[in-house]
Amino acid sequence: MDIRNLTALELGQAIRAKEITVREAVESYFAAIEENDAKYHCYNILCKAEALARADEVQKGIDDGTYTSPLAGVPVGVKDNICTKGVLTTCSSKILENFVPPYDATVIRRMHAAGMVVLGKLNMDEFAMGSTTETSYTGVTHNPWNLDRVPGGSSGGAAAAVAAKLAPVTLGSDTGGSIRQPASFCGVSGLKPTYGAVSRYGLVAYASSLDQIGPLARDAKDCAALFSLIAGKDEKDGTSMVTEKFDFEAATNGDMQGKKIGIPADYLGEGISPEVKAAIEAAAETYRALGAEVEVFPMPIVKYAIPAYYIIACAEACSNLSRYDGIKYGYSSPNADNLTETYIKSRSEGFGMEVKRRIMLGNFVLSSGYYDAYYNKALKAKKLIQQAFFDAFEKYDMLLGPVAPTTALKIGESLSDPLKMYLGDIYTVMINIAGVPSMAIPCGFDSENMPVGLQLIGKPFCEAEILSAAVGFQNATDFHKKSPSAV
Amino acid sequence: MQIDKNLVMYLEKLGRIELSEEQRAASEKDLQDILTYMDTLNELDTDGVEPASHSFPVANVQRDDVVTNAAQTEAILQNAPNQKDGCFVVPKTVE
Amino acid sequence: MEWEIVMGLEVHTELATKTKIFCGCSTEFGGAPNTHVCEICAGLPGTLPLLNRRVVEFAVRTGLATNCEITRKNKFDRKNYFYPDLPKAYQISQLYLPICRNGYIEVKGENGEMKKIGIHEIHMEEDAGKLVHDAFEDCTLVDYNRCGVPLLEIVSEPDFRSAAEVLDYLEKLRAILQFTGVSDCKMQEGSLRADVNLSVRPKGQAEFGTRTEMKNLNSFRAIERAISYEARRQIELLEDGEQVVQETRRWDDNKGISYAMRSKEDAQDYKYFPEPDLPPIEISEETIAQIRDTMPELPEQKKQRYIAQLGLPEYDTSILTSDKAYVSLFEDTLALCDSPKDVANWIMGEVMKLLNDTATLPENMTLQAKDLAAVIHMVKSGKINRGTGKTVLEKVFTEGVDPEKYVADNNLAQITDLSALRPVIEEVIAANEKSVSEYKSGKTQAMGYIMGQAMRALKGKAPAQEVQKILHELLDS
Repeated sequence: MDIRNLTALELGQAIRAKEITVREAVESYFAAIEENDAKYHCYNILCKAEALARADEVQKGIDDGTYTSPLAGVPVGVKDNICTKGVLTTCSSKILENFVPPYDATVIRRMHAAGMVVLGKLNMDEFAMGSTTETSYTGVTHNPWNLDRVPGGSSGGAAAAVAAKLAPVTLGSDTGGSIRQPASFCGVSGLKPTYGAVSRYGLVAYASSLDQIGPLARDAKDCAALFSLIAGKDEKDGTSMVTEKFDFEAATNGDMQGKKIGIPADYLGEGISPEVKAAIEAAAETYRALGAEVEVFPMPIVKYAIPAYYIIACAEACSNLSRYDGIKYGYSSPNADNLTETYIKSRSEGFGMEVKRRIMLGNFVLSSGYYDAYYNKALKAKKLIQQAFFDAFEKYDMLLGPVAPTTALKIGESLSDPLKMYLGDIYTVMINIAGVPSMAIPCGFDSENMPVGLQLIGKPFCEAEILSAAVGFQNATDFHKKSPSAV
Repeated sequence: MQIDKNLVMYLEKLGRIELSEEQRAASEKDLQDILTYMDTLNELDTDGVEPASHSFPVANVQRDDVVTNAAQTEAILQNAPNQKDGCFVVPKTVE
Repeated sequence: MEWEIVMGLEVHTELATKTKIFCGCSTEFGGAPNTHVCEICAGLPGTLPLLNRRVVEFAVRTGLATNCEITRKNKFDRKNYFYPDLPKAYQISQLYLPICRNGYIEVKGENGEMKKIGIHEIHMEEDAGKLVHDAFEDCTLVDYNRCGVPLLEIVSEPDFRSAAEVLDYLEKLRAILQFTGVSDCKMQEGSLRADVNLSVRPKGQAEFGTRTEMKNLNSFRAIERAISYEARRQIELLEDGEQVVQETRRWDDNKGISYAMRSKEDAQDYKYFPEPDLPPIEISEETIAQIRDTMPELPEQKKQRYIAQLGLPEYDTSILTSDKAYVSLFEDTLALCDSPKDVANWIMGEVMKLLNDTATLPENMTLQAKDLAAVIHMVKSGKINRGTGKTVLEKVFTEGVDPEKYVADNNLAQITDLSALRPVIEEVIAANEKSVSEYKSGKTQAMGYIMGQAMRALKGKAPAQEVQKILHELLDS
């Protein structure tokens, strides 16, 4: 049995059935990482010694009945912006290159409590700002489907690691598409939960009102399993919500009979590549065949999503990133002679260009004289976007559309034109503004054999509904079972 | 919105960063493109619309006034580039 | 020209909660640097604030006690600026929807009648850390123990016209904060800080002049001096035909001068925006009613009660209610000896004198009600006379002795066997022939001297009336 070909739930099952030990599972992943990650660069940091020690502990715990979770003993990769006690957490930024958190994020504590084993920290765009993983201080991650292509971003390492089978499941974060878009580009499944469904405590903030942690995996069932483990009210996060207990059976039954699905017309309009559009239309047909009603409806607010998103995200980011100053942790410029220079030089030398750009944008939209015209206007647009989703969900059980206008771009293609990169987020950012859950699953390939992703958007706190729709699709198709030929 | 070099430099100052001349020139153009695009928001009629705050109605999430933390000076200072006598150290602040 | 001073006050008070505003660290004053600090108040990446519910309760109490409207739907905002005492580089505060608005406090006006000083708003926020200069290495050390301690900022309207009004307002405000249990208001520990906004204008002019803001006022006396200095400085500038510059000035109490900290030119842009990490705070009618019902009695209510129920003169009640420490001592002592006027007199007389003589602030007083009650009992019952009572109280106050034991150990009780007095007084008369003959020749004043000698011989332990009676018997016959 090749351990790495198993889904996370299958691996967990095999471990509980004593067909595989936790140590074998962990060692098999480290062997693959050591052999192959040089060409992908999914991981920033590996925790091999900790993971192997932890594997033996977890094995005991499984044997004596302490750990009963379906994912007990399953290795997991973690995006490098989620705090891990005693393990570097760099956000792929020079300014945090040496930061070792003295505490674990709530999601890490929950995964530990379930007996999962952290393999290492995954590459990302610096501070999750980017859609390609090219803004990483540690270098770009290569798409396992084609090494000349980006894996998407910002959770590029988390998506590529799943696609390259260097982790059975991973945790990413999504502020404007950062789980879904790389999942789409790498042909894996990824869930952006409802804002407040998963604790943000320990997630290094990019844009606090938009950030959510979520799973990336080989299929929707694995996403459901990891989501159910990390979700739920956390007393350390005032914005996390008390929710009904997640029903795993309901989330994975795949029944689409009588479901009503809406496709925003503005998700298939100008700018979308014909191949992506064709794959989405084919997916709509699959859902019809499964018994769902699918119809296109107008959602004209889509065109205002990107401006509103970048204004809100950059405003919060410039405030959240002001704490990196070379005094308490992280990079401190050796070239500074006084306090002002400590700030300016540490930050100028520590942040990359995209981060600086967003800091400047954020400062602009919040500065006196521009606040009302930009920031406050964006908050009003947010209200209208929330209303548009509310209205849509009066009619539909869920929405369907593409994740991104294109498949994975070539490395270097979008770096020179930031606006072009921002426009690629058109189908994902609105979901974060509305706070609703959404997931990406593979639904086809373009003529260059690059994966195309399908996005399912649900009502607030109805992750089960879209997970089930994803399972239904995956029961009927095998796109999610395809792997890059080199893997 | 018209961006010029002075504005870019003002934004650098607000964010405590400093760009090279080359980056500054490129930023002037990039920020101009981005802000021009953001200005499309002006087409959106928001008369009478309340600015949104939190996504979902949740209020009064509060903790009890109970001490839960013991001293953890070492953990707090462990990442400090420079420390002395249990304190973070910064270049002299001028009053 | 006659000038008018116009002032407004921004008072910051640290709240008497057990923990910080957004984390479970202790607010205890002092302690080694960075020992009351966790990942949250140190602003480590990934951490989130969670509001201490007591802070909201204290803010509402303060608002109710100062006649404010309570904001039903509150939120927090971020005030962004870079400084090493602020680890997140933003202070969580309230700009757009402060918790209390449009209140007032009554103070004594210029002509003696009461005058309302408007309270513009009260908002909740977090305190910053402490910076200490290290002379050896010429650097600054940063301690976050105070960082995240809850604060209320109480912003007045520009309604003050004299330093006396300012001081009366501060006294009243301090009493309110202390009586409601909101703050201990220790100025030396920084738990009450006042910034004064001051401008001057020709008397009768409607427009305000250009104002300055004065900081670092660490005592009521410093506030009084700084106001007088700044008013004079501005008037002199204007009389010389110069302009007042809008600026923040720092008061140096040792030198008795203030100097400019930063001018408006480099005024900061704080880029306030709503704090996304904290959900809104909704305050219902029921919550307000509950806080009102459980609120401790305020100074003014106590005053009225002391007058009506205890029959104390208004003058006494004003003094007793001027500080929470006096009220506690008064009420606790009264519970042990049912004589309001006696207790009031002892506190207003001897206790305040001792505080004054030893330069002790009322809040730091260690005198206990049971000891004061014991002294009052002994004097009232005639066990010791009033003079001895004062001596005993001083010993209790300064050395913490047990009053009854002290009286017994030092044999200070009054002589109750009156037959023992006569032989001693006879000896005194024999020893003071000159005074006695003066008295007998009609100089009645000489009696005072003889009386004094007799009391001295009796070590002050005899009832004066008895001594006088015996003296008259022996000398007038």
